[in-house]
Amino acid sequence: MQSFHTLTSNAVPLDRVNVDTDQIIPKQFLKRIERTGYGDFLFFDWRQDPGFELNNPHYKGAQILLAARNFGCGSSREHAAWALSDYGFRCVIAPSFADIFHSNAGKNGILLVTLPEDQVQLLLDRAAKSDGYSLTVSLEDQTVKDTQGFSAPFTIDPFRRYCLLEGLDDIGLSLRHADELDKFERQHDLAFWVAPKPYAAKTSQETARA
Amino acid sequence: MAASPKTLFEKVWESHLVAEPANEPALLYVDLHLVHEVTSPQAFEGLRLAGRKLRRPDRTVATIDHNVPTTLDGRVHIQDAIAAKQIDTLRKNCADFGVTLYDIQSAEQGIVHVIGPELGLTKPGMTIVCGDSHTSTHGAFGALAFGIGTSEVEHVMATQCLPQSKPKTFRIAVEGELPESVTAKDVALGIIGRIGTDGATGCVIEYAGSVIRSLSMEGRMTVCNMSIEAGARAGMIAPDDTTFAYLKDREFSPKVEDWDKAVAEWRKLASDPGAKFDRELVIPAIELAPFVTWGTSPGMVIPVTDVIPNPAVTKSDADRRGFERALEYMALTPGTPIEEITIDRVFIGSCTNSRIEDLRAAAKVVVGHRVHSKVRAMVVPGSQKVKAQAESEGLDQIFRAAGFEWREPGCSMCLGMNPDILSPGERCASTSNRNFEGRQGRGGRTHLVSPMMAAAAAITGHFTDVRTWEFRKEEVLV
Repeated sequence: MQSFHTLTSNAVPLDRVNVDTDQIIPKQFLKRIERTGYGDFLFFDWRQDPGFELNNPHYKGAQILLAARNFGCGSSREHAAWALSDYGFRCVIAPSFADIFHSNAGKNGILLVTLPEDQVQLLLDRAAKSDGYSLTVSLEDQTVKDTQGFSAPFTIDPFRRYCLLEGLDDIGLSLRHADELDKFERQHDLAFWVAPKPYAAKTSQETARA
Repeated sequence: MAASPKTLFEKVWESHLVAEPANEPALLYVDLHLVHEVTSPQAFEGLRLAGRKLRRPDRTVATIDHNVPTTLDGRVHIQDAIAAKQIDTLRKNCADFGVTLYDIQSAEQGIVHVIGPELGLTKPGMTIVCGDSHTSTHGAFGALAFGIGTSEVEHVMATQCLPQSKPKTFRIAVEGELPESVTAKDVALGIIGRIGTDGATGCVIEYAGSVIRSLSMEGRMTVCNMSIEAGARAGMIAPDDTTFAYLKDREFSPKVEDWDKAVAEWRKLASDPGAKFDRELVIPAIELAPFVTWGTSPGMVIPVTDVIPNPAVTKSDADRRGFERALEYMALTPGTPIEEITIDRVFIGSCTNSRIEDLRAAAKVVVGHRVHSKVRAMVVPGSQKVKAQAESEGLDQIFRAAGFEWREPGCSMCLGMNPDILSPGERCASTSNRNFEGRQGRGGRTHLVSPMMAAAAAITGHFTDVRTWEFRKEEVLV
């Protein structure tokens, strides 16, 4: 996973509430079995409208997306994070994000910054008004700044921050607990009342004992 | 000293903690991993690339639901080459990694959230995940069940656990008695309308109260299914005699000698008296009605007897713009009575409302009536077992005689990943869970309703208050 430290980039204002993952990447692109190549399909339906923000040449190459409340709600499709990342976005700033999207973004090196609604509205307005409006997002300092005097701190879960700074694959992190996992699992397999196939689970337990 | 009272969620959470490293999310064990064709190929590929094994094939179960066509011919020779490849990829992955697959021709095939409970794979007290946000459905059994992304799918495949931050708890009690013809779907829509689509973000909801207790398992699944539409991580309902009666004698339920022990364990799960929740809300059942969504977010919902609201009611500028955009997309004008809105299509199906009870409720409305001449209506049972059960009860005959199409199981028109889609501009009364722009087909207009409301709209051609419905006993042959 690509690590994230500090990013200075143009910002695209997407002043819409409840942007759902069906809009970020419509269903017809979910049939592919690859993990890459989704950038062309990002906001596919909305991009059919020439007035849509991403079609504005001023915002070409922007790596920061500004959005309104509850960004990424709906479907769990990680394709939404893949599409944002593949298109070139490394950071989304909004007043709130949906839970599953939050997790998916983190696993793809995308930093989600939560700022109060009035601050995000100010940034949205500035990005809409001034050409080439640029922001600097520092994960090390946990700040968002522009060149017009805006500066705000943000909070982030310390573990999420650590993983992003280091670009860590968390399967490896979980496997640091392999011994605890083995021990837990041996005991837990006895609880047949929470096994999907209780008889298969018992068998594997007996096999383990033998 | 007595242990402090615990919630249902806390009991399930604590019994699945593998590790609690300092300053990191907890490592939570996963009892059941459900897999389907759309969100798994990249995860299996990730395992291969990293040289990792699937840790517990016996705790992993797959089916094919999202892409599968719902006509008999269409399923044998899938025309969409990309969908066919995705389905074949799942078959190969399941064969390579030793995963049980309920394939298209299997008598157990169906929507993943319908077959899990139906087979008895889903049980109280379990942790269940799937690369699908409607995994919350399984919480109806008192399981902690939630949707995950594909990286997490790979993580579970490799480790059978997931790093998870502990969510907050939110108790929603629906008290009183449901008015006539007001259903579990209306409970779900009413809650979302009340708290908003981000009203439960970061929370696990526990649904409680006399209304929830009185619901069947099918109804409870409908309510838990739509937890994600309120932003919740999961929804749960304490297991009780209704739960145990549903589970008894299912294929993977504990058998004779183990059954009583399992039930005794499951009975311990209910939230203890005095257990503390981070948030609580009580909704009187009397406030609920047959609901219809009018916009492009499930929170844009009103009773069938209301009129399309005015954007002036919104709280912020951003909300007002979203509201106006939704009105424009849906081609609706403030002040229009919901009952005057005519429809082109009706879809009865999806992981929200495709179970036997849903089909019975819809059939009760349909008996003796005919689908309106301008409406195309379809019923898509959630699984092969639901379909067979409905056919044994003659429900298919009621639907067919009325002019409904009777289809093969799958996700169908809920998300338009298969041939069942709306054409641009078509308006649909749908029993599914999302009315997002383009969800059922680009330019399609979705109104979410209960199965009874969908059935009534199919017959009159416009939204109709099912509380005033003329129920007929016999089929009237025209």
